[in-house]
Amino acid sequence: MPGDVRSEVKKPKKKKVLLMGKSGSGKSSMRSIIFSNYIARDTRRLGATIDIDLSHVKFLGNLTLNLWDCGGQEAFMENYLTQQRVHVFSNVGVLIYVFDIESRDVDRDMATYVSIISALTQFSPTANIYVLIHKMDLITLHAREAVFVDRVRLVRQKTAEFVQGAGYTGELDLIPFATSIWDQSLYKAWASIIHDLVPNLSVIESQLGSLGILIEAEELLLFERTSFLVVSSWTSEEGQSNPTGDRQERISNILKHFKQSISRFTGTPRNAEQFTLMEHKAGARFSMFACKFTTNTYLMVILPPGEARFNSAKLNCQIARESFKFLDGPATVSGQALS
Amino acid sequence: MASRLRGRETFPEFDSGGGSSSQTQPDDLTPAQQNLTRVFEQNRQRQQRINSVKGPEQAPDASAKGKPRLLLMGQRRSGKSSISSVVFHKLPPSETLFLESTARIQKDSMPSFMDFQVWDFPGQIDIFENPTFDIDAMFGEIGALIWVIDAQDDYMEAVARLNVTILNLQRTYPNIKIEVFIHKVDGLSDDYKLDIQRDITIRIQDELSDHGFENAPVTFHLTSIYNHSIFEAFSKVIQKLIPRLGILEAMLTNLCRTCRFEKAYLFDVLSKIYIATDSAPADMASYEICSDYIDVIIDVTEVYGSWPRTPRYRETLEGPPWNQKLEDQVASNWAESCMVLSDGNKPIILREVDRYLALVAIMKEDSYDKMPLVNMNVEVVVEGLKDFFEITKPK
Repeated sequence: MPGDVRSEVKKPKKKKVLLMGKSGSGKSSMRSIIFSNYIARDTRRLGATIDIDLSHVKFLGNLTLNLWDCGGQEAFMENYLTQQRVHVFSNVGVLIYVFDIESRDVDRDMATYVSIISALTQFSPTANIYVLIHKMDLITLHAREAVFVDRVRLVRQKTAEFVQGAGYTGELDLIPFATSIWDQSLYKAWASIIHDLVPNLSVIESQLGSLGILIEAEELLLFERTSFLVVSSWTSEEGQSNPTGDRQERISNILKHFKQSISRFTGTPRNAEQFTLMEHKAGARFSMFACKFTTNTYLMVILPPGEARFNSAKLNCQIARESFKFLDGPATVSGQALS
Repeated sequence: MASRLRGRETFPEFDSGGGSSSQTQPDDLTPAQQNLTRVFEQNRQRQQRINSVKGPEQAPDASAKGKPRLLLMGQRRSGKSSISSVVFHKLPPSETLFLESTARIQKDSMPSFMDFQVWDFPGQIDIFENPTFDIDAMFGEIGALIWVIDAQDDYMEAVARLNVTILNLQRTYPNIKIEVFIHKVDGLSDDYKLDIQRDITIRIQDELSDHGFENAPVTFHLTSIYNHSIFEAFSKVIQKLIPRLGILEAMLTNLCRTCRFEKAYLFDVLSKIYIATDSAPADMASYEICSDYIDVIIDVTEVYGSWPRTPRYRETLEGPPWNQKLEDQVASNWAESCMVLSDGNKPIILREVDRYLALVAIMKEDSYDKMPLVNMNVEVVVEGLKDFFEITKPK
């Protein structure tokens, strides 16, 4: 690569992510689980967040998340909306607003939410808004869907009211998720948030697709190294009939838990790299391997059975590594054009 | 045939007459379904017992004969039912809070490599004072008595009752093994745990030697359902019931020596109890990682190995460039798995032995390159293990 490209792309992409919601709604818990490899049980030890907890999460080399975990007590909220208004709400890439489903004072939550939205639209009108309806595990299983739909409807209604009332002209679209730290729903929400942030996504997807067809795979999953969130995936025609719809989140969850076990076994820190290769050949049913791919990613490959197919796929994936090197470096020229 | 480590038949044969696949055999169920059926069966049986006329406990029926039996006894609220739910029914430990107290003897049969039974006794009943119990039917067959003591409670009464029980049993059934689980030790400091264990051991042995039993087969375990210690303790209990365990252990030790394994375990996949290990000192950490590894493989298999692929897909896979039946393309018909840890490139391998058992081993650093050789050796040992179980199977 010529030197001028390098100098041109020194600056990695930084995305400011605001994590907001009422105090005790579970913002810091989910952040710890996704980015610091806590297990759900351990989040009980977390104390209340005071003011704003700033952290930088490096994601895939060319994307740095500037995560602002904002303490949700009313005094802080008041402060964000008045004194720190410009500081907090300018240059925001993503706002993640967390609602506690068990909250007793829904009206007040909505009022706070609307004032946050109004500050956000004032200073960062282009920011994406994600609404997480959290602690869904506390709702009985059969009522979950209805409760979630109902709450989302309320949030949308309040947002629409705000848009009309304030005479806001821009487009205000929010993406809702039902989450819980006790199952894989949290991974689904975050994987989709991350999915929208990753630059060069179309390049990654098309390359994964050609790799998949080449090695006769059923499914390919590309994970980020520390969070084990699915960054991108490819599924063959046959693989699409897999009845397990939430398999990406489930695999994230399974592997993340197992990383904890390994870190207990080896005594290495939770965030360190835990394994380089995992392979499983289930007789004449299917085979699978997950290996360290580029510096920042793991690749998981589901294959039909067959020893020769398995071994050649492993070799081919090693060769393919070169073509995915761009995941580690700062954004390439094509990446910049895209973003 | 369903296997927890390989999943269900994902490539059904074309020419199968539609007979076997349409019937719902217990084999075709997923693990979750199997568990559900088992829970359902047990609830039904419990219901039946409650409905049946209250009378003396029935002697075990003929089918239960010859199965090793584990008896769970102890004071009420010491955690007997919690133990059996966590170990044999995969109930999450936190859910055991909601278990109701056991009113009658609860008999569970465990479909496993050796079909053993678990009897959960209600704590409030003293079987030796109650003439309606058929002592002979209960203790007649060789098995183990597990006595659960709550370490977080005052254990004097429990120890006293245990002493009475041991003395009663030693006269008539000197062969029964007595395992004392000093339970609920999570949250206690290590020193305190050992103090309690020493105290209880001394109290029981003093009492026994006062009555002239010097070498009664009493063993002590520190357990908790919130970590792997309960599985470890159960493993040791089950191992005592296996005929010719020494040979099994020798086979594993031999494998460890030839393949330079650090540690090898033979697991019962369903309950995560290990039924044999090599002679190297066992440590909790390696057991935990092996048992968690089985979980990962089971979970992944459930996602990808539980749905049938189309016949057309199979045809493409068997067509050019491979031109071979899928069965011939695979190296082994049993589940084989391997994982390389970043820490010193240490591999962990797993190999399915039969429907119930799996061999899991931790290898030495940097030995992944020799995997093909290791796989061959493991293959031989697995064949040996199968022969072993064939020979020792109760006729």
